[in-house]
Amino acid sequence: MEWETVIGLEIHAQLATQSKIFSGAATAYGAAPNSQACLVDLGYPGVLPVLNVGVVRMAVAFGLATGATIAPRSVFARKNYFYPDLPKGYQISQYELPVVHDGRIELRLDDGSRKTIGITRAHLEEDAGKSLHEDFHGQSGIDLNRAGTPLLEIVSEPDLRSAREAVAYMKAIHQLVRYLGICDGNMQEGSFRCDANISVRPFGRHKFGTRAEIKNLNSFRFVERAILFEVERQIDILESGGSVVQETRLYDPDKDETRPMRSKEEANDYRYFPDPDLLPLEIGHELVDEVRAGLPELPWHKRDRFMDAYGLSEYDAGVLSVGRAVADYFETVAAGLADKKLAANWVMGELAGALNKAGLDISASPIRADALLSLLRRVEDETISGKIAKEVFEAMWAGEGEADAVIEARGLKQITDTGSVEAVVREVIAANPQQLEQYRAGKDKLFGFFVGQVMKATGGKANPALVNELLKKLLAG
Amino acid sequence: MHGMTLAGIARALRAREFSSEELVRHLLARIERLDPELNAFITVTGDAALDAARAADAARTDGGGPLAGVPIAHKDIFCTAGVKTSCGSRMLDNFVSPYDATVVERLRDAGTIMLGKTNMDEFAMGSSNETSFYGPVRNPWDLGRVPGGSSGGSAAAVAARLVPAATGTDTGGSIRQPAALAGITGIKPTYGRVSRYGMIAFASSLDQAGVLTQTAEDAALLLTAMSGHDPRDSTSVDAPVPDYAAGLDATLEGLRIGVVEEFMDEGLDPANAAAIEAALRVLEGLGAVVRRVSLPSIGLSVPAYYVVAPAECSSNLSRFDGARFGYRAAQPRDLEDLYKRSRGEGFGAEVKRRIMTGTYVLSAGYYDAYYLKAQRVRQLIAADFRCAFEAVDIIVGPTSPTPAFELGAKVDDPVTMYLNDIYTIGVNLAGLPGLSAPCGFVDGLPVGLQIVGRAFEEGRILNVAHRFQQETDWHARAPGGAFA
Repeated sequence: MEWETVIGLEIHAQLATQSKIFSGAATAYGAAPNSQACLVDLGYPGVLPVLNVGVVRMAVAFGLATGATIAPRSVFARKNYFYPDLPKGYQISQYELPVVHDGRIELRLDDGSRKTIGITRAHLEEDAGKSLHEDFHGQSGIDLNRAGTPLLEIVSEPDLRSAREAVAYMKAIHQLVRYLGICDGNMQEGSFRCDANISVRPFGRHKFGTRAEIKNLNSFRFVERAILFEVERQIDILESGGSVVQETRLYDPDKDETRPMRSKEEANDYRYFPDPDLLPLEIGHELVDEVRAGLPELPWHKRDRFMDAYGLSEYDAGVLSVGRAVADYFETVAAGLADKKLAANWVMGELAGALNKAGLDISASPIRADALLSLLRRVEDETISGKIAKEVFEAMWAGEGEADAVIEARGLKQITDTGSVEAVVREVIAANPQQLEQYRAGKDKLFGFFVGQVMKATGGKANPALVNELLKKLLAG
Repeated sequence: MHGMTLAGIARALRAREFSSEELVRHLLARIERLDPELNAFITVTGDAALDAARAADAARTDGGGPLAGVPIAHKDIFCTAGVKTSCGSRMLDNFVSPYDATVVERLRDAGTIMLGKTNMDEFAMGSSNETSFYGPVRNPWDLGRVPGGSSGGSAAAVAARLVPAATGTDTGGSIRQPAALAGITGIKPTYGRVSRYGMIAFASSLDQAGVLTQTAEDAALLLTAMSGHDPRDSTSVDAPVPDYAAGLDATLEGLRIGVVEEFMDEGLDPANAAAIEAALRVLEGLGAVVRRVSLPSIGLSVPAYYVVAPAECSSNLSRFDGARFGYRAAQPRDLEDLYKRSRGEGFGAEVKRRIMTGTYVLSAGYYDAYYLKAQRVRQLIAADFRCAFEAVDIIVGPTSPTPAFELGAKVDDPVTMYLNDIYTIGVNLAGLPGLSAPCGFVDGLPVGLQIVGRAFEEGRILNVAHRFQQETDWHARAPGGAFA
């Protein structure tokens, strides 16, 4: 039988606020355990939550970017359960009335096709603390620094049909939240993670199969691997006549498998009800308009503009708009050049290669955009050739200074004076009579030999076009 | 000195008729002598109070703050930095709060001095003060009877003149009912008028802080100091706070008083009803016009309350899990054992009953039938009050169906106990301000008159109560015998 995979993702994006969603404690990552938890985060008797307005703006920005409805009135609810890293015994979340609903995002898949994925809802909630089971010898440690960290939970429709689509969707959301500046997207630190709801059904059947939920996937690779494993597991069960159990599972990257979580942890009735400590969240047109006015250019708009304005291919435009930093870098370089493709090639080629090798983000590049622009201007005005430019780039990377200084210091300026180049060409021809004879006898390939000799004699600085022109003329005799 | 009202004490201190230190010493001595019988205090902070009194005396200059050096007590539900805050529960018997509640902070900033923390029903759940881990409080009018609850310690302490005023909280009548049963004045302001920050939550959508005093004037002085917006409480309302004392003497000429038909029926003790009728004649004598109003849905208030309040409490009390503060069971085997035994041993029977009720009404499959329906009833009751307040300016009636009952009389019958709050609960559900003032005696026991106003019209009910107290002396009567 042919099986169809159905996947929906619940992405948790940690919102990039300085302070927590309901308290003034800091959200910085990596602080000493329990040093960033105030009385509100600790759930002390008598304390009350106060909403951080910054998170509302962030949720609105996400809603606007995904064409969603921004709820004029949404409600914070309590999700009740006992766990040591949940100090109040309930998590403040949104349940029946989320702040954002009915959005969508368009994916461009590797094969060039496009697909729109529905976003059911996005709601605001607080994160729990962290239970540390290692290092405590049979006991558990609790770190409440993360308790109260703001999250936007983004729930997709079950529109995804493969692990690759799921990854493409997760990457698109990842790109978007970073563009919007509402999440740092750092997956190692847990700032961006997801749960995947996975089921399979025979092709053509309308009804969904029974789903399993894989919790807490914190890398694109794990999402892909977990889905691939889970789909195969479910198909095996169904094909051998069994039935899939609806349950929560965990992905173990070391063993590359999913396995059920202890059933106790899911046998919860969360007893949701509106949190009486918080007023319903009311969002007026003014706030929405203000956030809209402050929205950055969205990644897909930027990509389209790069194609239109710079004549880039869809692929190149996609690479150069993957993040705001690289896009801004590219645009700074491209703006100063007539040849936009030159800018694109260098940013995606030499620069990306060097950054990758050094393990650096573009924001930490030792060669800033205006410095690269200065270098490429020298290529464009034929002061140096593309080949020499690579040498200059390396020198700049090593800290030898700006492009013009390097060209000057190393004497790399291109020789464009016809007289000087012609003199060298004549010398080279005179020094190689044998090759000249063979060339004139029809061995055209030797043209390259003469070019090489001229370049060698000029230290690579002769203008290549001029060399070609002169050689053609003089070799012809 | 101890018989004086808070306003009288404040005037005397300003006039240097006696010092704050003398007064505090005198009251501490009374507490030491009389409280073992009453059990109104859980904690007495004598040394800190004397230090504060001496500081107030040293700082006193002519024209100092109206409440400078005036002693009060706080219900043990308010967090007080460095002082045990038990909420009447074994669960918090070892809890010393690291911070002050906003109410505590504001009243201290106004110059008041805390003598101690008063006894209360456990987590404010009760109408007799018999659910306290620290034992019942006794009514100074008859030591065999309850003082009402949950602010029973505050009521008994003020009635016995151990302290001129005390704070309280009122979720379903917990200020007004004990004020009535102890023969004093108690006001529950509009929901949102006073910050709930630092007030240990029972039912967050109903809880409101207020005061128990001898007179409406005293209540006005304290309410002016403690009210107002608090950025730490999202449900506190950002509306200006009037000087409540300034409006006390306004005329009642033409004031339209509503008497709720549904409250003056056979459920009300006839002698109690007679006291209410007499009070209405006094108000008519001051120029008010009395007419009947109806609150058709008010009969549903007790059942609706006993869904909403337990639902919220079941969630609010989840934080008491033995992990970070409060009672922790000895030698827990594992996490579940820690939770079960800490909560099982730390909470009393009434608290557990409400947690279980609340857990049940919020459960999947029951939520719509109970919690949602109760919320709808709440809307109906609020609408009834809105409608009534189009025809009248104020609603007057009984606070409690009977005077103080005997200790132990209702403790095994929760439903009968809950019906004690039949006249007060609707006011909480509608979020309105309500006050109880003494209006007579039945068999030597005080009877309370409840005055309810429109939202944020505390000034009006204090005005009515004050004018009533200018015409009557019920509020000035104090228990005799040892308490004289």
